[in-house]
Amino acid sequence: MGGLESFLFSFFNLKVMGTYLPLIAQGLGLTVILALLIVVSGLALGLALALLRACGIRPLNWLIIFVVDLFRALPPLVIIVLLFFGLPAMGLGMSGFAATWLSLTLVLMAFAEEIYWAGITAVPKGQWEAARSTGLGFFQTLRLVVLPQALRITIPPLTNRTIAITKGTALGSVVGVAEILGAAQSAMSFSANPSPLTLGAIAYLILFIPVVALGRWVETRFAWKR
Amino acid sequence: MTRPAPSPAAAATRPIVDARGLWKRFGPLTVLKGVDLSVAERELVFIIGPSGSGKSTLLRCLNRLEEPDDGSIHVDGIELLSRATDINAARRRIGMVFQSFNLYPHMTARQNVMLALRKVLKQERAQAEEAAARALDRVGLAERMDHYPAQLSGGQQQRVAIARAIALEPRVMLFDEPTSALDPELVGGVLAVMRELRQDGMTMVVVSHEMAFAKAAADRVVFMADGEKLEEGPPAQIFGDPRHERTRAFIRQIDRH
Repeated sequence: MGGLESFLFSFFNLKVMGTYLPLIAQGLGLTVILALLIVVSGLALGLALALLRACGIRPLNWLIIFVVDLFRALPPLVIIVLLFFGLPAMGLGMSGFAATWLSLTLVLMAFAEEIYWAGITAVPKGQWEAARSTGLGFFQTLRLVVLPQALRITIPPLTNRTIAITKGTALGSVVGVAEILGAAQSAMSFSANPSPLTLGAIAYLILFIPVVALGRWVETRFAWKR
Repeated sequence: MTRPAPSPAAAATRPIVDARGLWKRFGPLTVLKGVDLSVAERELVFIIGPSGSGKSTLLRCLNRLEEPDDGSIHVDGIELLSRATDINAARRRIGMVFQSFNLYPHMTARQNVMLALRKVLKQERAQAEEAAARALDRVGLAERMDHYPAQLSGGQQQRVAIARAIALEPRVMLFDEPTSALDPELVGGVLAVMRELRQDGMTMVVVSHEMAFAKAAADRVVFMADGEKLEEGPPAQIFGDPRHERTRAFIRQIDRH
């Protein structure tokens, strides 16, 4: 076999790909579900923390900053492994899927909180003052005046961070989640051929290119007229 | 419409704004040192003074954007500094216009005006739209209602900000250097709107360096320096025959420009 031929046999082996396509497709489905769960819960929790922080209750804010810094500092894989292998030792077992979901949710929550918070503080103080001077309350001002402006600023960094963290679903393969990478690795062992990895890479592209495009669209959609 | 001259009887009635003994410290800096200010209904009071004199802080205390450390403020009979006071309800009666306009950039001119009508006064959409249109018409911007702030000139933005405040039908309007951020050719439009408001009988407290406007329109000029009210009186007296040396120096300096 020549070099090219051997490369094609290893990575673009159509017979192997055909056999394991359904398995990878299932992995894709699982990744989509896992990613959606992480995005929804991570972004929602992050926003909730940022809003709590905006209330300016000192001890609460210290706690929020501590939690956020903790999950920004720890590698996601470490959190997954701790939850999956560590918690059962305390009598709290959870599935690989749940451990991956919870870990990445906490990490996305932490990064999203920082981004939302930066957005909220980037809105000029005069906006608060103008709104409050018309008799709007603190929460009304936050919701109607500050957040709409803050969220627009946060869309680009938030999109980037969300994509980076949801790609971490591949870490689930370490704790037996049959998401794209997990499925591809199984298929690779069964077939003794790495072509399923190529399929996996394609599956990731199919999943994330639309997400990147959506981020771009949202960015232009929510820009206000200048 | 002409404004009736303030009669002695009117001057004897309870003032609309009555601030007494206001103290305000920012860290080691004391910016207000026991300042009193009272403003009668339909009166236009001008506050002048060098920068750092505390005039903006005094104005911002009058709707509690700044919390004085000591003193009392009554606006339309409501004690602003009392814990029992619903500050949001009180602020409906006090309009404020800022140096930097502070329009909401994600809303059109009309939406800027409508927000408080809908969310504070709880007006129906149709009613709020109509009130906003009326307010924008009053400041001469009926044609620009659906423009976003970034599509308006500075002078137009400031007039929208005035419309946003007057739409709530406040009892008193506070102006914090309303023309300081404007290009010279845009100042006139804003002053014209303020003059009209005054002719309609609006009570106004204005912090500004527009001395010509003060001479022409103010009932009373207050001169502040170093956190104290040094002198007050009719514009003719403050500008023509100031008693205090600091006032004289300030007026001289302003006149030179």
